Amino acid sequence: MDTMRDRFAPVVSRLLDEDPRVAVVLAEIGVAGFEDARHRHPDRVINVGIREQLLVGAGAGLALTGLRPVVHTFASFLVERPFEQVKLDLGHQDVGAVLVSASASFDWPSGGYTHMSPGDIALLDTLDGWTVHVPGHPDEAETLLRHAVAAGDDKVYVRLSVQSNAEALAVDGTRFRTVREGRAGVVVAVGPMLDAALAATEGLDVTVLYGTTVRPFDSATLRRATETAGTDVVLVEPYLAGTSTAAANDALADLPHRVLGLGVGRRELRRYGQIEEHVAAHGLDAGSLRERIGGFLGADRVSA
Amino acid sequence: MTKTTTNRGYGYADLPGLMGLMSGDEKHGPAATSTLDALWVLYDRVLRVTPERADDPERDRFLLSKGHGPMAYYAVLAAKGFVPVDWLPGFGSYDSPLGHHPDRVLVPGAEIGSGSLGHGLPIAVGTALGLRAQGLHDPRVWVLVGDAELDEGSNHEAIAYAGPAGLDQLHTVVIDNSSASYALPGGIAARFEAAGWSAETVDGRDHDALYAAFAAPHPGRPRVVVAQVEPKTA
Repeated sequence: MDTMRDRFAPVVSRLLDEDPRVAVVLAEIGVAGFEDARHRHPDRVINVGIREQLLVGAGAGLALTGLRPVVHTFASFLVERPFEQVKLDLGHQDVGAVLVSASASFDWPSGGYTHMSPGDIALLDTLDGWTVHVPGHPDEAETLLRHAVAAGDDKVYVRLSVQSNAEALAVDGTRFRTVREGRAGVVVAVGPMLDAALAATEGLDVTVLYGTTVRPFDSATLRRATETAGTDVVLVEPYLAGTSTAAANDALADLPHRVLGLGVGRRELRRYGQIEEHVAAHGLDAGSLRERIGGFLGADRVSA
Repeated sequence: MTKTTTNRGYGYADLPGLMGLMSGDEKHGPAATSTLDALWVLYDRVLRVTPERADDPERDRFLLSKGHGPMAYYAVLAAKGFVPVDWLPGFGSYDSPLGHHPDRVLVPGAEIGSGSLGHGLPIAVGTALGLRAQGLHDPRVWVLVGDAELDEGSNHEAIAYAGPAGLDQLHTVVIDNSSASYALPGGIAARFEAAGWSAETVDGRDHDALYAAFAAPHPGRPRVVVAQVEPKTA
């Protein structure tokens, strides 16, 4: 199967053809994919070199002139390194952009911690007005990229990963989707975590919601799910554990409830290796998830 | 260069009085006025922008990157009719749109909000790229930075890119009041020149010299004018 990132350049190249407002800003990463588009649109496919403060600042300048910048590099260098540019050049200047990251939490484990960004969404959570898409399949990535570019002058973050579910689901760029219904707990699986979460909860009497747009957090769908499944909530996120715990708590603030936030741990593993090994090390494989989810919900109580 | 002069009834001689509405004193030290002459020459003789053209895609853009000490900027914006003069006395108060760092959302005519150093030049690069991508080759982009602001590495990302990229719509004014702790004589212009910019260093109090430097042609290259004024600590 191709990856989400394999779809990125073709989809955005088509958007460059279709919409004269769209411009792409790169910092060397991903340049090859836009070679054809650059010949067709030399002034709207921009590579600023290995300069990530300029990457975001220049994106903001493009937006000030009325364009719709799509800004891309690895998550570490798109959100973390130029975070003040994200905060000020976009937020404070009151302009929008589509930030599209690759490499996610540990897409390239042998690259080590410098290329891991489990904290990207938690960082964006300190800012106002960001929409965050976390597709779980290349087809969903394509849909959500189109949503992101079409979202007026909104600030949108699209988090691409080589981790993927086997099958794509229909996603609408707004809502969580109910993929399984039960009565003894709600599991919210985000993006590429869905397959593992479904395997982990096989035979358990729980509702499973699938989130690919996590900001704004779909409080309404979560609340509705708790009406029949109760207010024990488990979040399974492919980035920093607990990133959405506060959002889930806020959604249920007027109800007695419990929330377990599962995701990537804070501790630096200092390990290389394969993605699967990091998934397991963070307790995000189906077996570990089943143990942790069952323990939280009370396995005897939720077994269907 | 075409010049658009908007006579709002205020001249250069009125600027200390306008600044006095903010500071409560018509006397201002070199730090408060380091940008004053460059700003005046730009708005009075160079920039093709007026309050009526504030949303015109064809307007020149002026980005104040050095957001510290904006009284001179607000005074010039008031003199040119962008900002009502009666806003000036509220400078820095809770209900005033005029803060100690400007906010583009609040200040008519301000192209960017600034205060954190090193953001204006990268945004100006993007602005020049955005104009070029829309076939708007006539508007010019100006960004004003301080000499110590150039300590910030983000500027060097922008300087090193803009020269080789041939962004000839881009112009930088460096107000050099010797406020950088670590600097060598001539270092500012040399760094821009090494990156392929057209560079000139002038007396930042001499209006005709500033104008000549601002108006000089620089085909195919971005332009920097280093405006030297009294040292901040003098």
